[in-house]
Amino acid sequence: MTETRLAISGLMKAFGALTVTQDVSLTLETGEIHALIGPNGAGKSTLIGQIAGFITPDAGRIEIAGRDMTEARPAARARAGLGRTFQVSQLAEPLSARRNVMLALQGAQGRTYRFWGAVTQDSELRDAADAALARTGVADRAGVAVSDLSHGERRRVELACALALGPKLLLLDEPLAGLGPEGSAEMVALLDTLRTEVPLLLVEHDMDAVFRLADRISVLVSGAIIASGDADTVRADPRVRDAYLGDGDA
Amino acid sequence: MPDLSRETLVNAVLLLLLPAAALTALALGETFYINLVSRIAIVALAGVGLNLALGAGGLVSFGHAAFFGVGGYAAGIAAHHAFDMSLFLGLLPGTVWMPVIWMTALLSAALLALGIGAISLRTRGVYFIMITLAFAQMTYYFAISLTPYGGEDGLPIYLRNQMPGMNTNDPIQFFALVFGVLLLTLWAMSRVTGSRFGAALDMARLNDVRLASSGISPFPVRLTAFVISAMVTALAGALFADLNGFVGPSMLSWHRSGEIMVIVILGGVGRLFGPVAGAILFILLEVLLGGWTDFWQFWLGLVLLGAVLFARGGLLGLLAGRARHD
Amino acid sequence: MTLPLFIEQLLNGVQLGVTLFLMASGLTLVFGVMGLINLAHGSLYMIGAFTCATVTGSTGSFALGLGAGVIAAALAGALIEWSVMRRLYARDHLDQVLATFALILIISEGTRYLFGGAPLWLDVPDALSGAVALPGGAVYPLYRLAIIGVGLLVALGLFLLIARTRLGMQIRAGESDREMIAALGVNIASLYTIVFALGAGLAGLAGAMVGALQSVRVGMGEPVLILAFVVIVIGGIGSIRGALVGAVLVGVTDTLGRIFLPELFGLVLPPSEATTVGASLGSMLIYLVMAVILAIRPQGLFPANA
Repeated sequence: MTETRLAISGLMKAFGALTVTQDVSLTLETGEIHALIGPNGAGKSTLIGQIAGFITPDAGRIEIAGRDMTEARPAARARAGLGRTFQVSQLAEPLSARRNVMLALQGAQGRTYRFWGAVTQDSELRDAADAALARTGVADRAGVAVSDLSHGERRRVELACALALGPKLLLLDEPLAGLGPEGSAEMVALLDTLRTEVPLLLVEHDMDAVFRLADRISVLVSGAIIASGDADTVRADPRVRDAYLGDGDA
Repeated sequence: MPDLSRETLVNAVLLLLLPAAALTALALGETFYINLVSRIAIVALAGVGLNLALGAGGLVSFGHAAFFGVGGYAAGIAAHHAFDMSLFLGLLPGTVWMPVIWMTALLSAALLALGIGAISLRTRGVYFIMITLAFAQMTYYFAISLTPYGGEDGLPIYLRNQMPGMNTNDPIQFFALVFGVLLLTLWAMSRVTGSRFGAALDMARLNDVRLASSGISPFPVRLTAFVISAMVTALAGALFADLNGFVGPSMLSWHRSGEIMVIVILGGVGRLFGPVAGAILFILLEVLLGGWTDFWQFWLGLVLLGAVLFARGGLLGLLAGRARHD
Repeated sequence: MTLPLFIEQLLNGVQLGVTLFLMASGLTLVFGVMGLINLAHGSLYMIGAFTCATVTGSTGSFALGLGAGVIAAALAGALIEWSVMRRLYARDHLDQVLATFALILIISEGTRYLFGGAPLWLDVPDALSGAVALPGGAVYPLYRLAIIGVGLLVALGLFLLIARTRLGMQIRAGESDREMIAALGVNIASLYTIVFALGAGLAGLAGAMVGALQSVRVGMGEPVLILAFVVIVIGGIGSIRGALVGAVLVGVTDTLGRIFLPELFGLVLPPSEATTVGASLGSMLIYLVMAVILAIRPQGLFPANA
C-alpha cells in the first residue's frame, strides 16, 4: 500500500510574458524514485523553487504528505517533511558539518526558541547528527568546517541535513553534478539505499543514473510535462526523443 | 590558529581592567575617572545589545540609538514624575527605583523593537540599514516634540535613581552596579548565543536558505534577536541617563547609533567581549584625542577609516586572532 | 486654514521635495550602479553650501558661488570615490556604512576646523529676492520658486541623460548587469568616478541652494540625508523616477503634516495638547507613511528591477 507524499496539480508560473511552468501535475509515492528530467531552460529550477516554497506559483496546488502547502513558507514545508538538497550546496561555510546537521535536527524537533543550554553540549543532537553523517558516509568529517570540505563531501553533508529532518520525501536537485565518475557511482549507490526509507524526487542531468535509479521519469520541456512513465516508456516516446534526447544532453 | 584560551585570557584582562581602573581612580580620589569607567561599562553594555543583532544575526541596525534613548527616557520620565509627584499620562506615578525603571525600559524597548523590526526585517541589506536609521530619526523627532518632558532641551534627573540596599550616588557603588549589570548581561549573552536559539540565529546570518530548509523560519528568529538586542541597549540607556543625570534627544540621534556601531566594530563584531574592547578603545580615544584637540572626532574618523580599510576583525581580532567556529 | 496659506505650504513642501530629489537621485544612482551605500552624501551637500557661502561672500556673485559649490562637491566626490569608495565596492554594507560614517566625522570636523563652529549666512541673491503673487491670493518668495524650477530642470536633465546619452546607457547597463558593461568595453573605474561625482554635484547643488534659506553649518547634511533615505525606501532603490515621486511625496507630507496636524487636532483637543500631539505626529508622519508603504510594498513604489 503506497502513500502519496507529494501531489502537485495544475501548477502555473509565468515571469512576465514567459510561461515557465505550464500546468504541471505530478506525484511522488512512498517507495519510489521519481526522476524529473528536461533540457536546460525547461523550467526545472522554477518548478523546484515552487515545490520548496521559494517561488510562489500563479495557480495550482501543492500537497506535501497529504497537507495543502501551496501557500506555505519554505520552513513550514521542511517541517511538514520536505527534505531537499540544492544544485549549489547551501551550507554554512564556517560551521562544521556536524553543526549544519544539528540545526536540521533542531528544526525537525521544533525546539528552536530555547535560549539557555549550550547546543554544542547537547549529546542527543550531536549523536543524531553524527549518525546522519555516518549514513551518508562522511562520519569522519563531522568536525571539519564546511569550507574545508570537498565538493563531494558537501553533497553528502547536505544529504545528511535533509535526512536529519526525518523527511517524508526528498527533493534532490542535481545531486550528481560535478561529482566525477567515481563520486557519481557512490552517490547513486547511496541514493539507491534510500528508496525504501523515503521517496525521492530526483532532478538530474546524468541519464545513466536516472535510468538506473528511477522507477518513474517525467520529462519537462518548455515548462510542461510532455511524457511520464517508466524508463522504457519514456525512452520510446517520440516526443521525448524529439524534444529532449536530440539536444545532445543525453 | 590561535587557541581559545588566548581569547579567554584577553577577555579576562579586559574585564579586570574596568574594576582595576575604577578602584585606582577611587584610591586617587578621582571621581571623574570613576564615572568615566562607569561610562565605558555602560557604553559597552549598549554595544553588547547591538552585537546580538549585528554580530550574531548579521542585522546592520543603524537605529539602536532609538532603544538607547527609550531606556534613557524611561529613567528620566520616571524620575521626573517621582520628583514632582505627578502622574505619567495622568495614570501612573513615577518611581526612583531602578528595578522598576529597568523593567519599564526593557518593556518599552521590546515593544518599539517589535514594531520597527516587524517592518524593517521584511527587507534586507541597504534597505534595512536605511529603514532602521529612519525609524530612529522618527523617535528623535518625537523626543524633540515631547514638550512635557523638556522637548529639545531634554529632561534633568535631579537625584540619581535608587537601588535597594545601595547608595547609587556614591560613584564607586554606581560603578559596581553598572559593572554587575554588564557582567550578568555578558554571561546571559554567552548562554543565549550558545543556545539552540543562538545556533538558529547564526544560521540566519550565514545562510538563511539553509535555516529555512531546516524547518526554521528566519523572520521570527531575526525579530526575536532584534528585540532582545534592543532591550539590552535600552537597559544601557537607562543607566546612561542615570550616570549623566540627564536625558535628551541627543541620546536618540543618528550619531549615537553610529557610535554604538563603531564600538562594536572597533572591538570585534560578533565576539562576546568585542563591545567591551571597543568601548574601552573608543572612550580612551575620546579622552586622549579630546584632551589634545577640540577636533578629536576628525582623528577618530581617520582611525575608524583605517580600521575598516586595513584592520578587519577589530581590536579583539588583533589581540586574540580570528574568531573561531567549532 | 486659508487657501493662500495652503498654497504657500504646498509649495514649501514641493521645494523640500525638490531638494530631497537632488540628494536622493545621487544616492540611488550610486547604489544602483555601484551597490554602495554612502552615508557621507550629506557631507557633500554641506560642502556645496559652505563653498557657495564662501565664494558668494568673497565675490559678491551668487551665480559664481553656486557654480563653485557644485564643482567643489563634485570634485570632493571624485576624490572620495578615488581614495576610499573604490576600496569598498567589494565589501559588505557594514564596512561601507562604517567607512562612510568615518568620512562624515572627518569632513564635518575638518569643516568645523576651517570655518569655526558658528554658522555662515548666505543671502538670497538680489535678483531673486522678491516675492511673486500667485493665483488664489498667495504671495510666494521668488527664490523658492527658482529652487523648484532648477530642481525640475535637473530632474528632466537626469532623465534625458539616462535615457538618451552614452553615459546613460552605461549607467543603465551597470544597474542591470555589472559584467555586461565590462564586456561593452566601458572603463568601469572612470564610469564609477563619473557617476559618484555626478551624484556629489547634485548634492552640492542642493546644499548651495538651500544654504540661502537656512544657516550654513556643520551637520546640516545629515537630517536631509536621512530624509533622502526615506525617499529612496519609499520610491524604490535604484530608481530615478521613484526618487522623484518619493521626494515630492515626502516633502509635501512632511511640510503639510507639521503645519496642519496641530490645527487638525485643535478641532478635538484643548489647544496645548493639540499642539503637542499634533507636532509629535507631524514630525513622525513621513516615517509612518514609509512604514505603511513598506508594509504594502516592501520593494518601494518603483522597484528598479521590476
